[in-house]
Amino acid sequence: MSNSLLSIKNVSKDFYGNQVLKDINMEIRRGEIHALVGENGAGKSTLMNILFGMPVIHTTGGFQGSVEIEGQEVNIMTPHQAMGYGIGMVHQEFMLIPGFTITENIKINREITTPNIASRIFGKQYENLDFVKMNRDARAALDKMDMGIEEYTLVAGLPVGHMQFIEIAREIDKTGIKLLVFDEPTAVLTESETENLLRAVKKLAALGIGIIFISHRLNEIMQIADRITILRDGELVVTKDVKDTNTLEIAQLMVGRKISFERKTSSGRRKNDETILSLKNFFVKMPGEEVKGIDLEIKKGEIIGIGGLAGQGKLGIANGIMGIYPAAGEVIFDGQKLELNNAKGAIEAGLGFVSEDRKGIGLLLDSSIEMNIAFTSMQIKNEFLHKLLFARIQNSGKIRSHAKKMIKDLDIRCTSPTQRAGSLSGGNQQKVCVARALTQNPKLLLVSEPTRGIDVGAKKLVLDLMHKLNEEQGMTIVMTSSELAELRSICDKIVIICDGKVEGVLPPDAPDQEFGLMMSGSRKNSGNSAGFDGGLAAIGTKEKQDKEVMSDV
Amino acid sequence: MSEKALGRMRFDAFVKKIGLPTLIIAAFFIVVLIAAVILDMPMPTLIGDMLKRFGMNGLLVLAMVPSIQSGTGPNFALPVGIICGLFSIVCGIEFGFTGWNLILFAAGMSLVLAALVGLLYGKLLNAVKGAEMTIATYTGFSIVALMELGWLMIPFKSKKMGWMMGSGLRETIQLDGVEAEEIINNFLSFEVFGIKVPTGLLLVLFAFSVMIWLFFRTKTGIAISAGGINPNFAKASGINIDRNRIVANVISTVLGAFGIILYSQSFGYAQLYAAPLNMAFPAVAAVLIGGATAARAKVSNVIIGTLLFQGLLTTSMPVANQLFAGTDLSEIMRMVIQNGIILYALTQVKGGAEA
Repeated sequence: MSNSLLSIKNVSKDFYGNQVLKDINMEIRRGEIHALVGENGAGKSTLMNILFGMPVIHTTGGFQGSVEIEGQEVNIMTPHQAMGYGIGMVHQEFMLIPGFTITENIKINREITTPNIASRIFGKQYENLDFVKMNRDARAALDKMDMGIEEYTLVAGLPVGHMQFIEIAREIDKTGIKLLVFDEPTAVLTESETENLLRAVKKLAALGIGIIFISHRLNEIMQIADRITILRDGELVVTKDVKDTNTLEIAQLMVGRKISFERKTSSGRRKNDETILSLKNFFVKMPGEEVKGIDLEIKKGEIIGIGGLAGQGKLGIANGIMGIYPAAGEVIFDGQKLELNNAKGAIEAGLGFVSEDRKGIGLLLDSSIEMNIAFTSMQIKNEFLHKLLFARIQNSGKIRSHAKKMIKDLDIRCTSPTQRAGSLSGGNQQKVCVARALTQNPKLLLVSEPTRGIDVGAKKLVLDLMHKLNEEQGMTIVMTSSELAELRSICDKIVIICDGKVEGVLPPDAPDQEFGLMMSGSRKNSGNSAGFDGGLAAIGTKEKQDKEVMSDV
Repeated sequence: MSEKALGRMRFDAFVKKIGLPTLIIAAFFIVVLIAAVILDMPMPTLIGDMLKRFGMNGLLVLAMVPSIQSGTGPNFALPVGIICGLFSIVCGIEFGFTGWNLILFAAGMSLVLAALVGLLYGKLLNAVKGAEMTIATYTGFSIVALMELGWLMIPFKSKKMGWMMGSGLRETIQLDGVEAEEIINNFLSFEVFGIKVPTGLLLVLFAFSVMIWLFFRTKTGIAISAGGINPNFAKASGINIDRNRIVANVISTVLGAFGIILYSQSFGYAQLYAAPLNMAFPAVAAVLIGGATAARAKVSNVIIGTLLFQGLLTTSMPVANQLFAGTDLSEIMRMVIQNGIILYALTQVKGGAEA
């Protein structure tokens, strides 16, 4: 097909046996805006990395399948080659030098130069910059997007929206640009900036450039995309014309049906009406996961799931409660007001935490398993110590026997309690983290991303462990996870966080599309979006369900 | 082939376990010892010297352990503690103490003084996180410079320490005049095979080593280590890292002060003015040779490192002098080895928490 710009054919990729892309076929046409959507970890980034020949692909054994540009099979080994083939990318984080003018930023490393005496002797590096020509090029690129701003302005101090445009201008200034990838371009923009951007994207497409538009905001996609490809768990679910679909369907396809409900046996549990933890107007300043004012009530004995897309603030909640990142607001735990920004106080109050950052915060990798398990209790509760004169020395015997018990109870696979924690597999490391939290005898357990970076079998074990703790000991568990399926398999209810706020609360068996809509934040914006009548109806029912859930618990 | 590969793997594991610098220095040490035997040098004297130097430097090297474990890196500001120790000795002499009384007074006074100064120093380190080693080095240098004025201007009256004319203290103060020379060394000292064993000196070093070893098994000690390996982990467990860093540096400074008292009585002189300037470097080098890194150190590293480093220095000097008579090669060699080791060790600095 002569109209075809880029074809991705049967592309598969695995990272050390972990299949992240399975047999992907995609085609981008000239002048087309092609949306690419999927949950975190669906394989979007990996696919783009393949397209750009990023080192991460080639140092991990390359990929299967082929990439064709205008019908020619190409072998892109470096980002530089990708540029040569006319593929450009507009990054989510801006890669601009603030102290340079717009022209300089657009032309960086591609400067137009004229020879002078020095350059004739010392080489091309010493040629003069031809600012007249460079400014003219920059002007042309800016004009293509209807940007009135002067090309000699410094980038420092420009509004965020403008910076995004300069990024784009830099890409389109490159001669022979054919395909432009936008990676969540609107994530940091205001509404009006977004409007401008979308208009510019349309204009670029009209110039015949193929566009791959990655976004979580389904409304935007409905507004500008021609076709949409949905990825889920590394598989291509469907490629559709946007006019033949709607946000509801997209949301449903993104989340998919892949859940087994294990929660049915939950009738015998000691779930009750007593509130154990309540957050009021809770803010956390955690970089990249900011929480912007949350109200939440958690009942004793339940498993609460906190879900949402990456960067929306779901991880900030537990970190804020535990005093790891600065927090503000009111937290009442077990009838007492919890002092914020005090890690020691939080642990003393009876909160246990299994961090999402297992290697950074969760473990002393170079220390023994037994020390990892005993450490926090020893420090905060003065356990595992015996007195020697005026000093308190570790009670090695007690530490050993407790570690052995934990290893047995949680089925930690290791050679001995003295093995280095860093040498364990991911799943077993996670169990050590859980063991440490349990050693503190917490009243409530906060578990963040318990299955991140561990293999499928171990995931199941960790989830079963949570389930067992809740069922047998009546432990209240707040589980934060990016994997919705996981939350739906064991939680009583699931709080979806979007943009640092509670977007809604859903029962685990709520329809897929509701999860999809909430996670993409499309629920409240959807009112002013065209072609979205079905969504509105769904919201009505959803809110009703919310109320039912609330009164339920 | 596979046998060979397996052997190689075992060898690599062995090297990794012991540490390359430790192995190189150990090998070099053995070569020098063999040379000494071949050159027919008086071995009992040589070994006796080795034991003495090992004992007198041990405590200064031990001072590296708390600071490294707490995450502030090797204590390049050891002169801070050393000055406290020297000042206490000088004060003791000024007040007319002699013999054991002088040692005990100096120890008592330096404990208080070094604890106070260590506290301030710890606070300084907390204010300059990330640049501890550089700041420590210059803190050490500055305090030495400052006290050069102090030694001159503090109005000490004792005839045993002043110049023949004018005011101020002498550069080296003989301790035999106050009956303190080798007083600890000679405690329970005995001779075997012509080797003089400085029992008291070794006992003191041993006692402090056990105390530090025990300390890192106490609640506070474990918290300090954890904060050094992984500050985020410690913070999440509710540990006050800044406080622990101060505690560790107080201990380190006190050990530095005690260390110089032990050193001076064994040496027979209290060396003032510029002498403490470069005392941190041999101590840092010794602990690193012993297998410590800038982020992790154990008491065993101190023992092994001091034995190797001081052993090498004491034996290589007479051997080199014999081989290259009339040159100053041994001193040059000492500088090359010592600074080379520090340089090597610092290039090997790894963050505490690698997988």
